[in-house]
Parts: sequence; C-alpha cells; structure tokens
Amino acid sequence: MTANAQTPSQAHASITSPWVQVCKVNDLVPGSGVAALVLGQQIALFYLPDEQGLSASKRVYALANQDPASGANVMARGILGDIRGEAVVAAPLYKHHFSLETGRCLEDDHWQVTVWPARIVDGKVEIEWV
Amino acid sequence: MTPQTTHTNASAQRQLVIIGNGMVGHHAAMSFLDACQGKADWAIHIVGEETYSAYDRVHLSDYFQGKTHADLALGTGDEYREHGIHTHLGVAARRIDRDAKTVALADDTVLPYDALILATGSYPFVPPIPGHNLPSCLVYRTLDDLDAIRNAASDGSVGVVIGGGLLGLEAANALKSLGLDTHVIEFAPQLMPVQLDADAGTLLRDKIQALGVQVHVSTATQSITADEQGRTVLAFADADPLVCDVVVFSAGIRPQDALARDAGLTLGERGGVTINNQCQTSDPAIYAVGEVALWNNAIFGLVAPGYRMAETAAAHLAGTDASFTGADMSTKLKLLGVDVGSIGDAHARSAGAVTYRYSNERSGVYRKLVTSADGSRLLGAILVGDNSLYDTLLQYYLNDITLPKEPDSLILPSSEGVPQLGVDALPDTATLCSCLNVTKGDVVGAIDGGCCSLGEVKAETRASSGCGGCAAMLTHVVNATLEARGVEVDHSLCEHFHYTRQELFHLVQVGQIKTFDALVREHGQGLGCDICKPTVASILASCWNEGVLEPAHVNLQDTNDTFLANMQKDGTYSVVPRIAGGEITADKLIVIGEVAKEYDLYTKITGGQRVDLFGAQLHQLPEIWTRLIDAGFETGQAYGKSVRTVKSCVGSTWCRYGQQDSVGMAILLENRYKGLRAPHKLKFAVSGCTRECAEAQSKDIGVIATEHGWNLYVCGNGGMKPRHADLFATDLDDVTLIKTIDRLLMFYIKTADRLQRTARWMENLEGGLDYLKDVILNDSLHLNIELEQQMARIVESYQCEWKAVLDDPEKLKRFRTFVNSDSADSNVVFVKEREQIRPARDDEKARLIATT
Ligand SMILES: Cc1cc2nc3c(=O)[nH]c(=O)nc-3n(C[C@H](O)[C@H](O)[C@H](O)COP(=O)(O)OP(=O)(O)OC[C@H]3O[C@@H](n4cnc5c(N)ncnc54)[C@H](O)[C@@H]3O)c2cc1C
Ligand code: SF4
Ligand code: SF4
Ligand code: FES
Repeated sequence: MTANAQTPSQAHASITSPWVQVCKVNDLVPGSGVAALVLGQQIALFYLPDEQGLSASKRVYALANQDPASGANVMARGILGDIRGEAVVAAPLYKHHFSLETGRCLEDDHWQVTVWPARIVDGKVEIEWV
Repeated sequence: MTPQTTHTNASAQRQLVIIGNGMVGHHAAMSFLDACQGKADWAIHIVGEETYSAYDRVHLSDYFQGKTHADLALGTGDEYREHGIHTHLGVAARRIDRDAKTVALADDTVLPYDALILATGSYPFVPPIPGHNLPSCLVYRTLDDLDAIRNAASDGSVGVVIGGGLLGLEAANALKSLGLDTHVIEFAPQLMPVQLDADAGTLLRDKIQALGVQVHVSTATQSITADEQGRTVLAFADADPLVCDVVVFSAGIRPQDALARDAGLTLGERGGVTINNQCQTSDPAIYAVGEVALWNNAIFGLVAPGYRMAETAAAHLAGTDASFTGADMSTKLKLLGVDVGSIGDAHARSAGAVTYRYSNERSGVYRKLVTSADGSRLLGAILVGDNSLYDTLLQYYLNDITLPKEPDSLILPSSEGVPQLGVDALPDTATLCSCLNVTKGDVVGAIDGGCCSLGEVKAETRASSGCGGCAAMLTHVVNATLEARGVEVDHSLCEHFHYTRQELFHLVQVGQIKTFDALVREHGQGLGCDICKPTVASILASCWNEGVLEPAHVNLQDTNDTFLANMQKDGTYSVVPRIAGGEITADKLIVIGEVAKEYDLYTKITGGQRVDLFGAQLHQLPEIWTRLIDAGFETGQAYGKSVRTVKSCVGSTWCRYGQQDSVGMAILLENRYKGLRAPHKLKFAVSGCTRECAEAQSKDIGVIATEHGWNLYVCGNGGMKPRHADLFATDLDDVTLIKTIDRLLMFYIKTADRLQRTARWMENLEGGLDYLKDVILNDSLHLNIELEQQMARIVESYQCEWKAVLDDPEKLKRFRTFVNSDSADSNVVFVKEREQIRPARDDEKARLIATT
C-alpha cells in the first residue's frame, strides 16, 4: 500500500508547528464536505460559510473521515444540518449524526470521532495537529 | 369403538370441542381463551373439514387477486399450538353421541367433550336442476372451490353465475377477472332482491351491464347439459340456450346442520340449529354459533353477528354473563366496482313508513330513505352508485338519532358535499366498527388512556382490522376527538419545517421558490438536515428541473445524488448506465464489458434488466462515465428517487402470444420519464400480453397489452411490503396511455409524502383508488391540463446529469477522493471470489494490510 506517500501540499505543512496547512478555501464546498489526507490520516472538512449564528472562526470543521458505523471512509460525503441547534453531519451509509463541534454521535454514545480544531488563514485551510 | 380416544389430562382438564374451523369457529376459540384468561383447566380441540386452517372468507375473492391462504389466514398452526389448542384439520366430524358426550371424526378419532360448540357454517344451495352435478358446475365458498373455478376457467371463455344476489355478483366479478365472458342469471325480476328495491336493482343491472357482464333477470334455468365439444349448455324457459364453460351456483346458503339433526337437537322449520340468548342449543352442553345457528327464527349470513355469538358462547362457558340480542344486517359493498348499500328496513315494510327517493340516471346514483311516519327516525335506506352517505345514515339508524326537519336534505345533492354527522351527535354506545364491536365510547376511552394517533387507537381497540369498511368513520371520530382535546396532530417533515411534503411542494410552486436557502428563510428555521434537504431538493427538481448539481442544490443531496452513483458498504460506488426497456446492442454490451474489465469492476445483471458495475472509487467515476457516454450511454439514475427502469418482455415482435410491441412501448416510456424526480423510486414494466412475463402488476406503473391497446395498472410494488397493482384503465391507445401516466405521476409527485411509494400513497388518499380514478380519468379536480403541462416541461428540460458534469470543470472538482492528494482510499480492499472482486471482510483486510 502506498497511500501514505507524501503529497505536495502535505510537504508544505510544517510538521513542527501544531497548525498544519491542508488545502485552499476554494477546495471546500459551501454547505458540504470534502476529504483530505493529512500525514496518512483521512480527514473530513466541512464548510459552513455564512450560516446564521456562527462566528467566522467556526466556519470550517475537521472530523475523522471514517464512519464508525460502517468502517468506511465516507464521513465527508454526508449531509450537513442541525439537530436542535447543534451542527451535525449525517453519515451517508447508516445516517448516524455526528456533532461537528465535538464529534459525538447523537444516536449512540459509544461512537465518538476525532475532531481537530480548524481555521482559515489567508485563503488556506489549517488544522491544529494534536 | 374407541381405539383412538384422545384424552388430554382427562382427570384435571375439561374438554371443549369446537366443530368447524371457519371464521366463527376460530373466533370462538380465541374468545374462549380471552374469557378464561390464565385458567388453563380446559383442553380445546378444533375440528375442521377443510384442509386449510381458518381464513378470512369475507375476502375470499382476494385469492384471485394474488392473495394466498397465508395472507388470508386468521390464525396460524403455531398460534394454535402456543395456546395449547389441538387441531384436527382435513377431517370432518361424523357423529355426536350426546349420551356418551363424544364426537366421532372421519378418521375414527373419538373426542370426549364437556362442552361442544357447533360452528359448521353453511353450504351453498344448489337447486336440483337436471345436470346440476356436471363437472363444470361449481360453487363459491372455499379456497378449494376457487381453485376449481380457476382450473375450469383456464381453458374456457364463457362463465355463468346462477343467482344474482350479493355473493353471486361477487362470483361474477371473479369470473370476469379470470378473463371470462360473464353472465348472471337471476330468477327474480331484479338483482339483489333481498337488499334492494326494484329501481335500485335496475340501476345496478345497468351499471353492471355497462361493465361488460350480461345480466338476465326473470330467467329460470331448466336444464344443464354437456354438448359434443365438452362445453356446457344452459336451457331456459323462455330464452335462447347459453353455451358456456363454467357454471357457478350462488342461489343462497343453507345451514350445515346435519350433525345436529342426527344428534336430535332442535332445528328450525327450514333448518338451522335453534339457540337461546346464550347461544345454547336444546342440549345445554352444546352451543351453536355463526351461520349454522338459528336465533329468534333468523339465520345471520354475515360475519359480525357470528362473532358476537362466538363471544357470547365463550363468555357463558367461562361463567360470565352474556347474551346475544340480535344483530344489524345492514351491508355496504362494492360489487363489480359499483357501490351498493342497504340499511335496515330497505323495503319500507314497517307500518306507516314514509319513503324519500333521489335518482339521477345521468350519474348513475340512487338513494332512498325510509323513515318513521313522522319523519323523525330513520328505519332503512338504499344506496346505489355512491356509498359516501352510508356511514352517516347507518349511525342515524343504529343510534335512533333524530333526523333533520327535511330528511330528504340528507340525500339531495348539495354544494357542500357529504353532510357529515357531527361526532358529538353520536352517543358513546354508537358502534363504529361492527366487525370488532368497537363503539365510540371504546375509541374515546382509548384516547383517554393515552392513544394520540389513529394508529395507536387501531392497535389498542383492534377497530378496522376486519372488513375495513369502518376506516373513514373511525378516522373521522379519532381526529375530531383528538382535535377537541387540543391535540395537534403533528405532520411536520422535521424540526426545520412544520409542513408536510405536500404543503412544501405547494409553497415552492406558488412562491416560485428556487432554492433551499430561500425556502428555509421564508418558511422554516435552522440549517436543515438530512431529511428536509433531499426532500426539498426533490421538490425543486420536480418543479423546476434544474440540474441536481447546480451550485445552489449540490449540498442538499444525498451522496448518491451528489456523485450520481450508488454508494456501497465500503464507500465505493456502483455505476448503472440506462438500458431502456432492457434492449441493448451487442456493441454497447461490449463497451460495458470493456469498461468493467479495464477498471476491474464487479458486474451483475439486475432485476430491472440492466447491468450494474460495482467497486468504482469516487475519482474513477468521471473517467468511467466518459467512456460510457462516448459509447452513447446515459445515466441510469439508479441513485435517485426517480424513474428506475421499465422492464419489458419481447412482446408481439418475437413472442407468439404478443398482442402489442411491449419493448417499443417500454423504451418510449423509459425515455419519456427518465430523470423525473419523485418522492420515492418508481418502477415500471410493460408486458406484451396477459401472460404477464414482465411482472407489470408488481410495479408502480404496469402496462399490459390487450387486443385493442393497453391496460394500465397502478400503484403496485415488490420490496418489503409487496402490493399488487390495481387495474386503472383498460384498452387505452398509445396517446391516452401516456397522458394518463403523465397525470398520475405528476399528481403523485405533488401530493405524496416523503419516501412514500405509490402504493402507500394511494392507500392513504381519502377515497383510495376510486378517488384517484376520479381525479385522473374524470378530471374531478380540474387539474389535468396543469398536470400535463408540468410533465411536458419536465420532459422537455431533461438532461443527462453525467454529461452535464463531464462538461463542467467546476463540477468535476467534486469527484476527488482527496482534495489534496491523488491517492486512492487505502481502506478500500478487494479480494476475488468467483473470478470477480468483492470487498474484503475485516479479517481478510487485516491480513492483507499486515502483509503489504
Ligand atoms: C364470497 C363471500 C363473500 C362474503 N362477504 C361477506 C361480507 O362482505 N360481509 C360479511 O359479513 N360476510 C360475508 N360473507 C359471509 C361470511 O363469510 C360468513 O358469514 C362467515 O364466514 C360465517 O362463518 P362460519 O364460521 O359460521 O361459517 P364458515 O366460515 O362457513 O365455516 C364453517 C366451517 O366448518 C366446516 N365444517 C362444516 N361441517 C363440518 C363437520 N362436520 N366437521 C368439521 N368441519 C365442518 C366447514 O368446512 C367450514 O370450514 C361472505 C361469504 C362469502 C363466501
Ligand atoms: S407477456 Fe405475453 S407477449 Fe410478453 S413474453 Fe409473455 S407471453 Fe409473450
Ligand atoms: S434486498 Fe437487502 S441486501 Fe439485497 S440489495 Fe436490497 S437492501 Fe441490499
Ligand atoms: S366494520 Fe369491519 S373492520 Fe370495522
């Protein structure tokens, strides 16, 4: 398997800094998700540009791309929305909802996916590598 | 002679034997279990002559619509066993020995009894006309009878029913549905002389004749003979003989009272086992219930009174007070599609009775009221052609409710539609469901007890689980009661929209709303979710048919719609090109093969007559589709809630039985409706003749060729809850067929709930199939022009979604597995099985990844 090969954009990421550059803002899809590969990790990036009630720093979210219910790397292809005010993604195969803020699963406490702090700086999307 | 006497715990347990495992015998056993809850000091034996366990005889005719014994069964062998009931099926009881208190069966078993219930029902009366026992002469009572009829009809062309009563007309409908030219012979001067008056009988005859069944009244059959060709000839007193292949006798029923007669029980003058108010016969250890029982000199030929008798006998036997006090014989039926209702004293035989009539020959409606001399009480009624007043009139009748000052206002056509009797006017004792004996009081009680929806009330009271005739009335009472208590019945789609899908459709259309954001801003709240977003996307697509991947819509779609392919369990996609009607050239087949080979895709032929290619990763989809589109394929839209396939047989082009070109029609339909977005997927099929090789009757839209054109069937489906499609219109030409489908589909799209397939949609429309026919065929809502225009717009604006994607670099950007890498998903791992790929299981994956 060679999927872990370093790609140009990852090469730019400075490994020593906790903030890693992932892609450009216009690689994102407003109101939806895309997947990225960061240091061998599959990450789902969600973008909510001008939704009511969200501050500018809260416009991009990074969650693990693997859906715990199916084991498939499909989280980025889920539909975004909110359940009682909490921003969520609905995983596309079995439709569990995961909080964009915390990664908790609204239907099943056992499932929790990793979240990374994410931000937009100068038209670039960065996540904090913790 | 008791070599096989069955003793079950003889000392401790008392023995109850029920003879007859029909509807009422079954109900007697169940009622008895209910009545002596827990006290298992009785052993129960049921003896049934039919090989089948008890089934719903009222819906016997559904057997010809594809229902099986299992569908119609009232209880299962397992259920009987679970309750410790011993069954003896396919064996008749031969003799009752009242001194020894035993019943001897045909297989020589002897059952001792402490109590005996006779539920032997009745048998069809066959008048002793010479030739009545020819092999072509049959009756209509049991599943075996129906098998015999189907058999006889299979190579015949003409069928005759002798007897124009209620069951005779039902039998006629069955013969007609088997494709026979059908005749009904009635001795009396009119049809259904028991329930209808002469005018109503005449109207019914006209309507039935118009449906293609020949009715001969005042006709006495004199003899039945077989001719040289093996066909059957009926000779009449003053009419030409009739040559036919099947004769069904339906000349009344007679109580099956031979056992009781031999045992010396008291019978009525014209048969029937005499019972008292506790349903005991002249021997207090023996009860009789159902159609074999004679109460107050009357036999009750309906199931509801039989059930009441069964409950009474069971309660009495268990030591509770109970009485049978007679039963109402009003009936509401649909005979050959014609509404017929008869209530109480339909013939105005009561002293001083006053009659009101309304008759409209143009619309084929007849209504009659019979009231008391002062016009204040309803004594009886007759309805033909329209039963919408039946429920209201029946409540007036049963509950002795004071009629309006001008009683005829009830039956005159009024601009406000059907006058509904206010729920408040009904006393608590009013029976809403006579099959299950549920009163208004029971329904209100269930709601007091916490039920807050129709479904919950049904589950609690079992109302409406019999003939179903009470459904409209029940819904009305439940909703009115809930509303009176301020319970708001919540029809919201989700927390973001407090509207139903139908209401949203309307808002979108009237407000000319083109985006989800605008809709949520004006009529909803929040960000939306995975329920409302795809629903709104589908509504927007149905209304305006903009591409689903236009920027404003792209984030609304399910992944399958976004990536125009079906996601499988491992996150890869299947690719399904359209193969309209299942017809494909060798060249195109080769292209599919080449693509599958090149990308190493798993290939499988689908039930919809096309080929699925599995195992493509997101980034491979555009390349694969470029190849397919270059070869002339289009997207098959297998991913959308939209028209899937139109399955077809080869039809008249190749098949020796074919009546029309079914493939040509299938391709025409598939190309017309491809891309149409709907509340749920839509499946079609076209068969070239009635042999139905394409299984059109299991589809949302089924088309079957006839000699003169096409028969249209609608609202069928396979899947989790299969449903046979209903015949909607017959012998349509191509243009009318397409117009009708246009309207029906558009009406479905406008009014159905989210994820509601056509079958459930129609079942939930108030008025069901008839209402739908009225809207689509008779344009009762004056919608048809609009529906056709809307469909025309959608058909015109069709575009292949895959082609649109490939032409647009912005859209293509989405088809990347990773936005920052060209890698593939390393978690997608295949192994080979039967020479093709399949996703690796977790254990295989662990092994494979460990060794790389
Ligand atoms: C086509 C059709 C349509 C109908 N439609 C309606 C309707 O719309 N509404 C309505 O209310 N009613 C309707 N009915 C009538 C309804 O089906 C009957 O009222 C009801 O089935 C009577 O039940 P039962 O148990 O008394 O008799 P049955 O259902 O006839 O059962 C009697 C059983 O006893 C068995 N048996 C007889 N003798 C013996 C013996 N010696 N030993 C063992 N077993 C024996 C018989 O084989 C039979 O299985 C319809 C009937 C038919 C045939
Ligand atoms: S449905 Fe009729 S025409 Fe079509 S293949 Fe079967 S027999 Fe032939
Ligand atoms: S029947 Fe079940 S397993 Fe088979 S394709 Fe349908 S959903 Fe999947
Ligand atoms: S009246 Fe027959 S089910 Fe209710």
